Amino acid sequence: MTRQTRVRAGAAIGVVAGVLAVAAHAGPDDDDLVINGEIEIVTETAAPEHIEHVGTIYSGWRFRSDETQAFQVDDFDNPSMIWVEQAEEVWNTAEGAAGKSCASCHDGSDSMAGVRAVYPKWNEDAGEVRTLEMQINDCRENRMQAETWKYTGGEMVNMVALLSAVSRGIPVNVAIDGPAQSTWEMGKDIYYTRYGQLELSCANCHEDNYGNMIRADHLSQGQINGFPTYRLKNTKLNAVHARFKGCVRDTRAETFAPGSPEFVALELYVASRGNGLSVEGPSVRN
Amino acid sequence: MASGVKPRVKVPKTASAGETITIKTLISHKMESGQRKDDDGNVIPRSIINRFVADFNGQNIIDVTLEPAISTNPYFQFEAIVPESGEFQFTWYDDDGSVYETSKAIEVS
Repeated sequence: MTRQTRVRAGAAIGVVAGVLAVAAHAGPDDDDLVINGEIEIVTETAAPEHIEHVGTIYSGWRFRSDETQAFQVDDFDNPSMIWVEQAEEVWNTAEGAAGKSCASCHDGSDSMAGVRAVYPKWNEDAGEVRTLEMQINDCRENRMQAETWKYTGGEMVNMVALLSAVSRGIPVNVAIDGPAQSTWEMGKDIYYTRYGQLELSCANCHEDNYGNMIRADHLSQGQINGFPTYRLKNTKLNAVHARFKGCVRDTRAETFAPGSPEFVALELYVASRGNGLSVEGPSVRN
Repeated sequence: MASGVKPRVKVPKTASAGETITIKTLISHKMESGQRKDDDGNVIPRSIINRFVADFNGQNIIDVTLEPAISTNPYFQFEAIVPESGEFQFTWYDDDGSVYETSKAIEVS
């Protein structure tokens, strides 16, 4: 792992690049997102206090073209919903030695509204910060006595998509203080660390240069309120850790593994940068 | 038989007479083209939805022939003028002989 100390001098380069790019492409657009004509999604709001360099936070939806945005306005047009429906069946199907389904303990999937919004979250019994994926596998292993799912596997990402879908419109609100603070600090450290041969940190693109073009891509703030995300480029649902992995890989670094403590910490930190935006997943991006 | 096939349709519940409405349909289907090979080099047999039909009160409104180049989960969106209350009937025909049907009622005032 190429790991360099945190460098903030990149901001100066960012400003020069910004001037050149602004003429070609401005920042986020002014569109409003209302799903199915009823779920109002907050795609722009004041940044949480802990963010030092950004005043307003935007959902990645605001950086996409009108055509891509339109996929998310109606669930019928959102390709993710096929997998959400599949996860709904799994939710109600008993599995494992205990003969239980998710619904045996939790009732209908809509009873989970709001859960997605507060994850990753400190788990007192386990003494660690847990992502939704870790919690799902904990349920499968200990309550259902079923096989655990692969962290970014199909069944897992479908289930996370279902839990996100029932929380849409609820503001992201992950806790960063108390016992979660050390994990959050670790995530913040990773966010600002330059990785790989290209020596890029998350912040170099998503904080210093959001709104600008990186070759053909319109950089967003890298918010994760829309995950899991259906991407047009690979026509499937993408888990947030798989996306982190892709980003780190693009810096030409050895990446952390999905589900690793590093990515859990990074997920908590990045989620906290979106505190106030609505849960939007499963979203559609390019 | 192809697995996980499920038709979905979106039709407005109500409309006024003579109004043009938008109908959206989607069927989850692999649409195996017959061009691909498996790991051992054997051709994976073609298995696609080859025809899609929509009727309104027994009258045909759209009849589509699908070819192997159409991708997974074929989606059709089209418009129809509804003269009266009735029922839309949607039918998909699979290569393996399966027929998938669904219908939606519409109230015209």
